[in-house]
Amino acid sequence: MKILVLGPGCPKCTEAEKIVKTALQEVEVEASVGKISDFQEIAKLGVFSTPAVVIDGEVKCVGKVPSKSEVIGWLTI
Amino acid sequence: MELLNSINDKPEAKTQVMEKTSVAPRHIKVKFLFAGLAGLVVWYVVYRQLLPFSQYLTYNIFGLTPESHLGEAVEFFVYDTPKVLMLLTLVVFGVGIIRTFFTPEKTRALLAGKRESAGNVLAAMLGIVTPFCSCSAVPLFLGFVTAGVPLGVTFSFLIAAPMVNEIALVLLYGLLGWKVAALYLGTGLLLAIIAGWAIGRLGMEKHMEDWVLDLRADGGAIIEESLTLQDRIKKGGEAVKDIVGKVWIYVIAGIAVGAAIHGYVPENFMASIMGKDAWWTVPAAVLVGIPMYSNAAGIVPVIHALLGKGAALGTVLAFMMSVIALSLPEAVILRKVLKPQLIATFIGVVGIGILLVGYLFNLII
Repeated sequence: MKILVLGPGCPKCTEAEKIVKTALQEVEVEASVGKISDFQEIAKLGVFSTPAVVIDGEVKCVGKVPSKSEVIGWLTI
Repeated sequence: MELLNSINDKPEAKTQVMEKTSVAPRHIKVKFLFAGLAGLVVWYVVYRQLLPFSQYLTYNIFGLTPESHLGEAVEFFVYDTPKVLMLLTLVVFGVGIIRTFFTPEKTRALLAGKRESAGNVLAAMLGIVTPFCSCSAVPLFLGFVTAGVPLGVTFSFLIAAPMVNEIALVLLYGLLGWKVAALYLGTGLLLAIIAGWAIGRLGMEKHMEDWVLDLRADGGAIIEESLTLQDRIKKGGEAVKDIVGKVWIYVIAGIAVGAAIHGYVPENFMASIMGKDAWWTVPAAVLVGIPMYSNAAGIVPVIHALLGKGAALGTVLAFMMSVIALSLPEAVILRKVLKPQLIATFIGVVGIGILLVGYLFNLII
């Protein structure tokens, strides 16, 4: 599983990344977490508001910090 | 603990409970309504007591002399701090709920394909209610442009969103009265509409970075959420925690500076420096404001104090608009998608607009 957190590096984006990482620790799923902060790359993924979370190429949330339970939901399906 | 265990033992029971709360049965709604009303009444009663309380605290408890420098400064601080913070909490909560009905995606869909003039007006107004943080200005800009929102309309949104916001309006209302707040709202919107329209007229599309024009045009990912009333109220509460939690320190610092000016700077001291007779004060205020980066929360209390000492309203409003709407950090971020000519045009057009607002108010008031 490949998780990407998209955001230019504002506090909200950092928070989103942190939540994704803590969620990963709670569920036993093999996954890599990457961060994309380049606007061009973010736009290429079709995301126009940040922070956003993309899992295996699928956009899971845009424009808000997800809650931990939301992230766990995406990881365990 | 026992409760937790029993829920964990029966997973079915847990999901049942979750379903029940998410459809919000009527009695919970009624309870929410009553709690909200009771909260409002308590808020109002406390708010009404602030002035007598601050005077009592300053002159009776602290034993300061009325009319003294220190007394005036302390009373100003003790009265304005809770007043502004209470107003801020109430309005941020309300706007937080309103904002759950708007997302950047919905705003974009509303604006795509709009004609320029009407689009500029709509964009400026949506700028007030669409949740937006300055660091997402660039993705938002890209989303608008790729979705087919005209460049000028996009700029109307980008100008209005930071400048005309609930925090600025609350503080202006709380400290300077509804007339100044209304003037600010009206001219701020007008400025965003006209500046955006002007940028659209100038045909600056070719001054976006080349890769922006190559982006795919399907409008991007939209994730719809269906929210219940409780979700929205909860979001309002989160907005309060988030925004008030972040700006309270600026508000207090701003009011402290304001209190010092209020108590110690002589009456009409500012009239010579920032009064209406000196023509150069408005452009100077705009120029000084551009590199300064502050949010509305920090700048309004200072402005309040300057006005009280004879600074002209137009000059002061021009200063405030320049600080909030034109900032160097924002220009640097926008440089990633805009070529320097377009950024210069943006700053030029908005700057001239602010100048005109400043002169206009100095002339008529």
